[in-house]
Amino acid sequence: MPIIVTAETRLVVQGITGREGRFHTLRNRDYGTAVVAGVTPGKGGQDVDGVPVYDTVAEAVAEQDANTAMVFVPPRFAADAIYEAVDAGCGTIICITEGIPAHDMLRIYNYIRPRGVTMLGPNCPGALSPGIANVGIIPAQVFAAGRVGLVSRSGTLTYQIGKELADLGLGNSTIVGIGGDPIVGSSFIDILERFEADPGTDLIVMVGEIGGDEEEKAGAYIDEHVSKPVVAYIAGFQAPAGKTMGHAGAIISGSSGTAAGKQQALQARGIPVGDSPTAAARLAAERLG
Amino acid sequence: MDLLEYQGKQLFARFGLPVSEGAPAATAAEARAVAEQLGGPVVVKAQGLVGGRGKAGGIKLAADPAEAEQHAAAILGMDIRGHTVRQLWIERASDIASEYYFSITFDRGAKQPLLMLTTEGGVEIETVAEESPEELARLHVDPLMGLQPFHVRRLCFAAGIPAPEVKQVGAIIEGAYRAFIETDAMLVEINPLIVTPDGVVRALDSKYTVDDNALYRHPDIAGMRDAESGDPQERLARERGVNFVKLDGGDIGTLANGAGLAMSTLDVVAAAGEATGHRPANFLDVGGGADAEAIATAMEVLLSDPNVRAVLFNVFGGITRGDEVAHGILTALERLDATLPIVVRLDGTNADEGRRILADAAPPNLHVEATMLGAAARVVELVDGSAA
Repeated sequence: MPIIVTAETRLVVQGITGREGRFHTLRNRDYGTAVVAGVTPGKGGQDVDGVPVYDTVAEAVAEQDANTAMVFVPPRFAADAIYEAVDAGCGTIICITEGIPAHDMLRIYNYIRPRGVTMLGPNCPGALSPGIANVGIIPAQVFAAGRVGLVSRSGTLTYQIGKELADLGLGNSTIVGIGGDPIVGSSFIDILERFEADPGTDLIVMVGEIGGDEEEKAGAYIDEHVSKPVVAYIAGFQAPAGKTMGHAGAIISGSSGTAAGKQQALQARGIPVGDSPTAAARLAAERLG
Repeated sequence: MDLLEYQGKQLFARFGLPVSEGAPAATAAEARAVAEQLGGPVVVKAQGLVGGRGKAGGIKLAADPAEAEQHAAAILGMDIRGHTVRQLWIERASDIASEYYFSITFDRGAKQPLLMLTTEGGVEIETVAEESPEELARLHVDPLMGLQPFHVRRLCFAAGIPAPEVKQVGAIIEGAYRAFIETDAMLVEINPLIVTPDGVVRALDSKYTVDDNALYRHPDIAGMRDAESGDPQERLARERGVNFVKLDGGDIGTLANGAGLAMSTLDVVAAAGEATGHRPANFLDVGGGADAEAIATAMEVLLSDPNVRAVLFNVFGGITRGDEVAHGILTALERLDATLPIVVRLDGTNADEGRRILADAAPPNLHVEATMLGAAARVVELVDGSAA
């Protein structure tokens, strides 16, 4: 059984008529995701290869019962798009857009949390439940269906680990990209909680990186609340302090947010940390016997 | 983007925060002219993005314009922790009765702005936080509520700001919060926030960081970036739009697609090279859908570092197709006439086809590896061989 993107997902794509939006929408639909609508203001009444386009998310929800929004609009319009999706009643929002101002996301986070909205991203590859649904830009062919839950702040690194797992004969329940920005809609803890509750997940692989303290918090949470085995990988041991390493959130501030600090915090809680993606996949395979 | 002290003070002034009168100077003569205009004693302050200016001798008090000129001449060109001083800020000297500290940070853990105020200013705030945490008043503000007068009162009372100064300090907190929100700041720090013997409160220094992703809303602040500062290779990368960070002391250039994979690549290369003393020279993320042009540009940036003696490509094709990457690599090699050893590890979408394209072309300096760890080991071996 998957989490976040499931057989019940009815997707509306904001920014469907853009080049990237169109490309990935159709890939998601080809994979089997129920892509029920798109939104581009001013282009209502058109369609993208048969997917009806609306002017507003509210119309898409009213006409097509969309329950999940994928945001593909440029950064300066993304905050507005996210609020629009929340206002229209979408319970799940997956924001692929990279480059949203941190203050915009600060306000969005504080707005959506008390409303119970699930959000992935921004700056994330989306979520894939192999064999069921794919929302975002994750290359589905890399992953096999199975019982390993995968949660990550990074895109290609996740594909790498998914491939290493597949090479060892392990598949995934759901692959969740939470995003590489300083503030993202869902933390590791939010996703760990869902994998713990998911009967289709036997083990969780958590892929972290430098910056912030979400991995440390996740370690404490796992210790108290997660009964399933968790293995981790952390990227960025070689990162110098004060430099943004590609992801806006991947920055060591002073002495906080280092890879070594995260590794120690996790290991201190008994969570094994692989020193390469390959090693992390092997740890997962060992745990599953 | 980090701002220089005087740039931060310019923003402070825009939001009504009291700062000392002054002007920037890039030469000793300019410093003298500013000092003459200000009249009386001035402070000559090196401008740079590294800490420890005072200890390094980059901040000097001058009694008159002639002394200001002397200090300026001594400080300009000075090396402060690896950075050459090219810019000064000259301001009217202040009499100081007490030194406070105030900051607003973007607390990503709490997902709220964090305000910190203490009367124990003028020192590193980490020291205060560790040694006398009870002296440091901390308060989070719900960004949807915004800063309210009660926040300001609570903070001032908790920090023990003397009654006669509360009104001034309160106005500074309000102005700084407005600046923090309206300029998309990640950090606004005033250390020290001074009180003069006649009871005037003023920002004597500034640390100011603005979110890079929000610079499109602040063209004036974006224009403050010093195009000349920083590492020349990072400058080239910025001009070319390449996501690049230089690492000290490395000899292996690295390139990957995606920030996480690029960081992971550094870590596996460093582990592979530990025994023989070889290290990654850089972080470089070519991004998704990297075509021949993007790869050639990235290679140009990598090879501009003369210490780089081998290059590792680590590409995991998702949406990016392996055959396109292979063509890109071959085009880049040809265009740049690169002869140093290049190890390519290609996986994911159309990787087989990509590897076949590389094998068919078979440039003598190109080595294809099947796995990430194998590629890291190979590039270390090749760079170690080339060193002999």
